[in-house]
Amino acid sequence: MTASPFADKTRRVLALIRKEGRQVLRDPSSLAIGVVLPLMLILLFGYAMSLDVKHVPIAVVLEDRSSQAQDIATSFQLSPYFETHQVTSMEEARDMMLSGAVEGIFVVQSDFARRAAAGDARVQIIVNGIDGNTARIVEAYADAAVAQARLRDAAENPDAPVVSGGQAVVQNQLWFNSANDSRYFLVPGLIVLIITLIGAFLTSIVVAREWERGTFEALFVTPVRPDEILISKIVPYFVLGMGGLLLCMASARFLFAIPFRGSFVVLMGASMLYLLVSVAMGLLISSTLRSQFLACQVALVATFMPALMLSGFIYDLRSVPLDIRLVSYLVPARYYVSLLQTIFLAGNVWRIILPDAAILAVVAAGMLALTSRATRKFLD
Amino acid sequence: MTAAVIIGQNLRKQFLRKGKQPIQALDTVSLEIAPRTLAALVGPDGGGKTTLLRLTAGLMRADAGELTVLGIDTKANPQAIQDRIGYMPQRFGLYDDLSVQENLDLYADLHGVSTAERKTRYPQLMEMTALGPFTRRLAGQLSGGMKQKLGLACTLVRAPELLLLDEPTIGVDPLSRRELWDIIRALVRDQGVSVLLSTSYLDEAERCEHVVVLRDGKVLAQGPPQDVTSLAKDRTFLATPPDGETPRVTQVGLLDDPAVIDASPEAGKVRIVRGPDLNTQLPASSALARLQLESTSTRFEDGFMVLLQRAAPAGQPAPKAPPITSIVQDGPRSEVVVVHDLVRCFGKFVAVDRVSFEVRRGEIFGLLGPNGAGKTTTFRMLCGLLSASSGTLQVAGTDPGAAATRQEIGYVAQKFSLYAQLTVAENLDFFASAYGLHGARRRERIDWAMAEFELGPVKTQLGGQLPGGYTQRLAMAAALLHEPQILFLDEATSGADPMARRDFWRRITALAQAGVTVIVTTHFMAEAEYCDRIAILDSGRILAQGAPAEIRKRGATNANRNPTMEDAFIAVIEEARAVASKDKAA
Repeated sequence: MTASPFADKTRRVLALIRKEGRQVLRDPSSLAIGVVLPLMLILLFGYAMSLDVKHVPIAVVLEDRSSQAQDIATSFQLSPYFETHQVTSMEEARDMMLSGAVEGIFVVQSDFARRAAAGDARVQIIVNGIDGNTARIVEAYADAAVAQARLRDAAENPDAPVVSGGQAVVQNQLWFNSANDSRYFLVPGLIVLIITLIGAFLTSIVVAREWERGTFEALFVTPVRPDEILISKIVPYFVLGMGGLLLCMASARFLFAIPFRGSFVVLMGASMLYLLVSVAMGLLISSTLRSQFLACQVALVATFMPALMLSGFIYDLRSVPLDIRLVSYLVPARYYVSLLQTIFLAGNVWRIILPDAAILAVVAAGMLALTSRATRKFLD
Repeated sequence: MTAAVIIGQNLRKQFLRKGKQPIQALDTVSLEIAPRTLAALVGPDGGGKTTLLRLTAGLMRADAGELTVLGIDTKANPQAIQDRIGYMPQRFGLYDDLSVQENLDLYADLHGVSTAERKTRYPQLMEMTALGPFTRRLAGQLSGGMKQKLGLACTLVRAPELLLLDEPTIGVDPLSRRELWDIIRALVRDQGVSVLLSTSYLDEAERCEHVVVLRDGKVLAQGPPQDVTSLAKDRTFLATPPDGETPRVTQVGLLDDPAVIDASPEAGKVRIVRGPDLNTQLPASSALARLQLESTSTRFEDGFMVLLQRAAPAGQPAPKAPPITSIVQDGPRSEVVVVHDLVRCFGKFVAVDRVSFEVRRGEIFGLLGPNGAGKTTTFRMLCGLLSASSGTLQVAGTDPGAAATRQEIGYVAQKFSLYAQLTVAENLDFFASAYGLHGARRRERIDWAMAEFELGPVKTQLGGQLPGGYTQRLAMAAALLHEPQILFLDEATSGADPMARRDFWRRITALAQAGVTVIVTTHFMAEAEYCDRIAILDSGRILAQGAPAEIRKRGATNANRNPTMEDAFIAVIEEARAVASKDKAA
């Protein structure tokens, strides 16, 4: 019986992959992490969690009773983002703000109509700054509402004086998310979480488990080569990760109708790179620590938490302090988030996609090299 | 004569420990194993047996020295060796979530066994291991003995040139052990495989052609087992205990006699290995002087004990007898444990089937039986960890589930429920508080446990890193902290070396004399000789019950008039199984 060395290798790898696959299917906890958890995350993030600020209670103080002032107040009333409470005095509004009944105050001062006629009309927007994130969003919405009123006004009587106060940034903010729906970036961001979870968290357990149960000791004293063990540990979890990705893609498309502007092939390519990074990180942690419990903890802290907080998925990296932003450059998830958001919402913008993908490829190669160094057939 | 399959020269291997003295696992070890030989590694725990096997398998690299396996240097090309040998580690390396067949297929695939070869090989393995009916069962659901056999079958999917087995018979009942040995011997005889195995059963070593005795990383002896046996030549005797004394009490007295190297109960008598000065006049105080001695044939174990004694480093005190608090002998020996028609079912499976027995105060009662006979289930019911499906049981006069009863019992589980991440002192502290001990009493009991079980030197070591013998002592110390009346020991000596077992039984004997009732399970049939009474269980039913001498008689045949306990055990089980299968057929 003389088969070629390559055929031998293939047969051994396939045998190991088959074994790994069976273990995944029979172990309820891998299935929970691989299938149930992604589903729960999708539903949770898709339906229950939203970063949108809607129906913000806001006090409207109309010191001026002119029709122009009424117009502007109406545009707040019609906006889905606000729930207006008409009050008569600034005093009253301030009390409401202090008691937390409203998040902002929109003031049309008594000289509004007069100054508008002079071409120098002003409105005042006061926002509760305790929750900075919400405050900025409320501010932007208010700007938008004023700007809308101004545009409507301009369209109706082109000769009328211009109300200033709304900044032009409004348009910028909503370019790629024209419905201003947080799902649009939450669901693509979710892909990062799920791939990190399956890729790093699940695989962090599998090598340590073999060390703990002593199965490696028997496996090592067979013709199996270290690279074959490595490949057999990567492939099943890679496939599982791709399954999770497709699940997310399908839910994004059919459940939440999120637009997809880039190419599917590019997305798959980018995801494979990031999945490889995650799997390699999980394996590296697992082969180094050799304890399931420790590996789990480390994987959580080293991969999942940064993917959640430092990738730009939840917190906009442009608004975090500089030092944290610098740290975020070390988080591979950051580049994947940027890739996903670009591909989903903007399309194939190669200027962004190529450098991000290149970084992920380099990290993947480095991680795999480290992992294969850590996978040796020695007990000492 | 071809070249040796294993040639080791001056092998050294050290393990570094954080902040502690490194352990010299192997210290200038040289050995040579000839082809087609059955060779055994024996010696106390921590002697370096597993390390030597791992070096041979290319799993570890020696710090110094040369090791050639099948003509290949282990350092230069471990993979080439691993391609040609079979290795079964102590924890068999089976995948619990794969079935028997899937485990076999995996190893067949890895070893490149063709489909045609499998057609002939699989039926052979199945016949050899009797696993045929269980091919679809998950490996995790097999009994200990079956797992061992499956582990062996996996390493034998193709005939290796050299087979390395690390403690292949640990925790295996006598029946399965005999079957495993038949398999191993057939491999050497019929297929020319060389085998090197480690074992703590010295009767197994006696059956090998070559023995290597390792202790503290050094080779004490090497050669045919007869060489070791002959060390105790003409020095082994049997003594009948004086009237009214159990063999184990006589034995403990003898162990402390300087003229005695080893003593163990055997067939109602005590086997004695005497020191070299046979002709010196014994002092009047000697326990030996008052006994009538008859000389008997020497076993490997006797020679092994002589060898170890001789090699004991100077200055190391001989183990002293633990203090015996008081001997409670006044008054009637009341029944402490009463079990009547006890039944426990798991679904349709009857694990314990109408079991009845009684144990009196200060008695040692042994439950023997093959893997899966229902011993552990019975234990769990006695400790109140599991409820009975029917029948009655009384422990210390009440229901075992009651909280008050729990204070009266100590339980050492099969795998010693100790905390691996806590130190010895922390473990004791925890168990003391778990038993509700506090204040001065708690300190007193912990100090007692430390002294009694000589745990002082390992006080600050983690529970998970203790050498074998110490783990067992710590487990016993923890179970005795609250001074229970009844002690349950489930396979507590599994995998322990002969010295640790002597030590263990010496303590048990002392406890029984102090009035503690002890119930044990064990796979070492020789240990049944320490018991006052034993019961043999199979498939949940008691097949035989009585004093060791009565049970031993059940093994007598025309060819074998002096059966050992192991012979009797096998005879009882096989007889019952033959009847059962006849009933089934009818």
